Amino acid sequence: MTSRLWLSLCLVLTLVLGASATALAAGKTFKLAWGTDPEALDPHCQLSGPMLQYCHLVFDPLIRWKKDNTFEGRLAEKWERIDPLTVRFHLRKGVKFHSGNPFTAKDVVWTVERAKTSPDFKALFEVFETPVALDDYTVDLKTSKPYPLLENMATYIFPMDSKFYTGTDEAGQPKDAVVKTGSSFANEHESGTGEFMVASRESGVKWVMKRFADYWEKPGKGNIEEILLTPIKENATRVAALLSGDVDFISPVPPQDYERIKGNKDLQLVTMASARIITFQMNQKKRPEFANLKVRQAIIAAVDNAGIAEKIMNKTTIPSNQNSPKGYAGYNASLTPRFNLEKAKQLMKEAGYEKGFSASMIAMNDRYTNDAKIAEAVVGMLAKIGIKVDLKTMPKSQYWDLFDAEAADLQMIGWHPDTDDSGNYGEFLLMCFDKDKGFGQYNRANYCNPKLDELSIAAQSETDPAKRSKMLQEVEKIAYDDAAFIPLHYEPLSWASKKGMNTADVVNIQDFPYFGDLEIK
Amino acid sequence: MFAFIVRRILQAVVVMAVISCIGFAIKHSFGDPVRELSGMTVSAQERERLREELGLNDPFLVQWGRFLKGAVHGDLGMSYLYKKPAMEIILGKAPATMELVIAASVIILILSVPIGIYAAVRPRSWLSRFFMGVSVIGVSIPVFLTAILLISIFSVQLGWLPSFGRGNELTPLFGGAWMSGFFTWDGITHLVLPALSLSSIMLPLFIRLIRAEMKETLEAEYVKFARAKGLKPWRVLVVHAFKNTLLPVITVGGVQLGIMIAYTVLTETVFQWQGMGFMFLEALQRSDVSLMSAYLVFVGFVFVVVNTVVDIVYGLVNPMVRIAGRK
Repeated sequence: MTSRLWLSLCLVLTLVLGASATALAAGKTFKLAWGTDPEALDPHCQLSGPMLQYCHLVFDPLIRWKKDNTFEGRLAEKWERIDPLTVRFHLRKGVKFHSGNPFTAKDVVWTVERAKTSPDFKALFEVFETPVALDDYTVDLKTSKPYPLLENMATYIFPMDSKFYTGTDEAGQPKDAVVKTGSSFANEHESGTGEFMVASRESGVKWVMKRFADYWEKPGKGNIEEILLTPIKENATRVAALLSGDVDFISPVPPQDYERIKGNKDLQLVTMASARIITFQMNQKKRPEFANLKVRQAIIAAVDNAGIAEKIMNKTTIPSNQNSPKGYAGYNASLTPRFNLEKAKQLMKEAGYEKGFSASMIAMNDRYTNDAKIAEAVVGMLAKIGIKVDLKTMPKSQYWDLFDAEAADLQMIGWHPDTDDSGNYGEFLLMCFDKDKGFGQYNRANYCNPKLDELSIAAQSETDPAKRSKMLQEVEKIAYDDAAFIPLHYEPLSWASKKGMNTADVVNIQDFPYFGDLEIK
Repeated sequence: MFAFIVRRILQAVVVMAVISCIGFAIKHSFGDPVRELSGMTVSAQERERLREELGLNDPFLVQWGRFLKGAVHGDLGMSYLYKKPAMEIILGKAPATMELVIAASVIILILSVPIGIYAAVRPRSWLSRFFMGVSVIGVSIPVFLTAILLISIFSVQLGWLPSFGRGNELTPLFGGAWMSGFFTWDGITHLVLPALSLSSIMLPLFIRLIRAEMKETLEAEYVKFARAKGLKPWRVLVVHAFKNTLLPVITVGGVQLGIMIAYTVLTETVFQWQGMGFMFLEALQRSDVSLMSAYLVFVGFVFVVVNTVVDIVYGLVNPMVRIAGRK
């Protein structure tokens, strides 16, 4: 009797477990934890990392970045340059928005026009004229001058459902309004073409995204049915949530936990260096000593950026001698590391500052990986050539106003080009500051070299990739020879998850994980 | 009594006015919200336009006046980060904090009363010494460390309890205005670790307070008399002695409740517990100055109300308080 009872119990259990196993195979929930969640549902609300990551889930771009820095078509099947001002995009047919509306060229035109009114995207899309829809599935993107980065910008065109976003909402506000600090239809509703639809969202707490049944890519490469996104702000808690199995995937991972995750047989870690260069600027007006080329060269020679990358960054990134990372058009392979303490001391002597001098420095403590520690290390290194640095670190919320006001002689800044192109570094960090034209907006070193400006501007409208690449490499060379700034390394990116996911295939230097292609177990 | 209540309420109003001024004034030193709201490449002109649009360029008094006018009507402004009215956000987050504080208070109450009484009655027993020793350790470990220790033991090592958040099975109460974690097993398991770490700061304090007060009362003449009269020992302890230790405990409790709400900032941040404390820190770090001042004013309001009520209750319990105030 007892054995029969046991047997039937076992049978029932097997059935139940088997049933739940098949249920799991059919619909996989993917528990994802990010440091911060996207600000809103409107792609044009804010230009930020989390927003773009969200857009790659819920909307599809015309084209997107591949890992080798080329592009692959998404909503555009193919595209070709017609003339220096025009690129023609042939759109995918049979694509539906989440609302059920069909996707056509009209939506592309509408989306570009809307981006041009958004405070965050306005500047990036300034060069674009109104696109021309030739028919339902062909659209010409036009620019007002020859523009080499049109493809880069097309990765930011996430077509929105023009029909869905037209009209007025219950509050009488137009549905297409871009609102940054209040409620709006687009901030709370979405209709994109992406693989996932937002089923529910509680800002800062929890997002539920479900697979869109009518998604065009069939069968999708990945197998996620539902994404449960929770922001977990504290690094330690985010790692603990992964270790305890409460979530499946986390990003970013604090460097101090890399070893712990690598050592865990149930977990896997993927890291890479991004294109976000971490640097210090030396203010040549505020600190007269910095106007002396030899002093700047001495400082760069005193900073052991390879040591910082190895010791403080735990070898998670690569040191840099220029702005552009390898693979970028402007990457100049001839620029070699400059760390040489003896030479640094020699240069200080030649400059007449053998006894050194004092300087002030500001850095953030909550923005980049180990930012405050990096700043402390640089202070120590400069002390070796007699420069006494008075360092202040602060949260990012207080930093940028001081940065703009040139509050210190040495100021930290990390920069990732929105265009994913070398030219952008120069335009914002190195060109002579010009408030009206918007050049050198973050050049608070008062560094100015007309030749660099000339090349940077010429590169903006050079459509021959080879010529352009040469110009940008020349820009890097000029900045290198002028010792314009202290390059350190690239901000590392990191993703950790349970074992058995093809994470390495879906992540990229842009930090836009393509979760639609992720296979989970 | 009526005059006493009116006087206390008038005082409370003055305090509120001061709090609103301070809460509103300090927001200017917590960074630039426009910077947080826009991408790095947004031009200075565009930022200036946004700042103008948000009314951040107006003189302080104009901004404060606008804030007060709204506040009187219960409107504390819009949260830049959540893009919703600040009041709605705060009220939405309040239940999470309240449940955490309630759960921690229950833990404190259940543990501190018997332990406190026991330690007073049997001060020399090894158990009392053990409790007193542990409570010293409890006071000296910072709450975020306790929290991380609890997570690493009970979630990561043992895997018994979830490591963060409130779980996915919340029960809507009052038509969804209060999302409660008290009614599901999932909700309770999520509550255990945060409540424990939050109670860890106050528990030792209350054990010591009850023990000290109880010891003093046990020396009193009337307790001796009660014992001499032949009353049962538990009746002497609970009804006669313990009742009289309650007065200071209530006072301290009122003040500590406020401190506990302050400590929720740390506990909630470590556990990604989506309450008001977490929200406040987030607002601070992301320069949501509008939500920040709204929260300060709101918390100030709660404090003032709690303290006023405690004062009035005190007056009811002990007539000397309200008479002393009269001149």
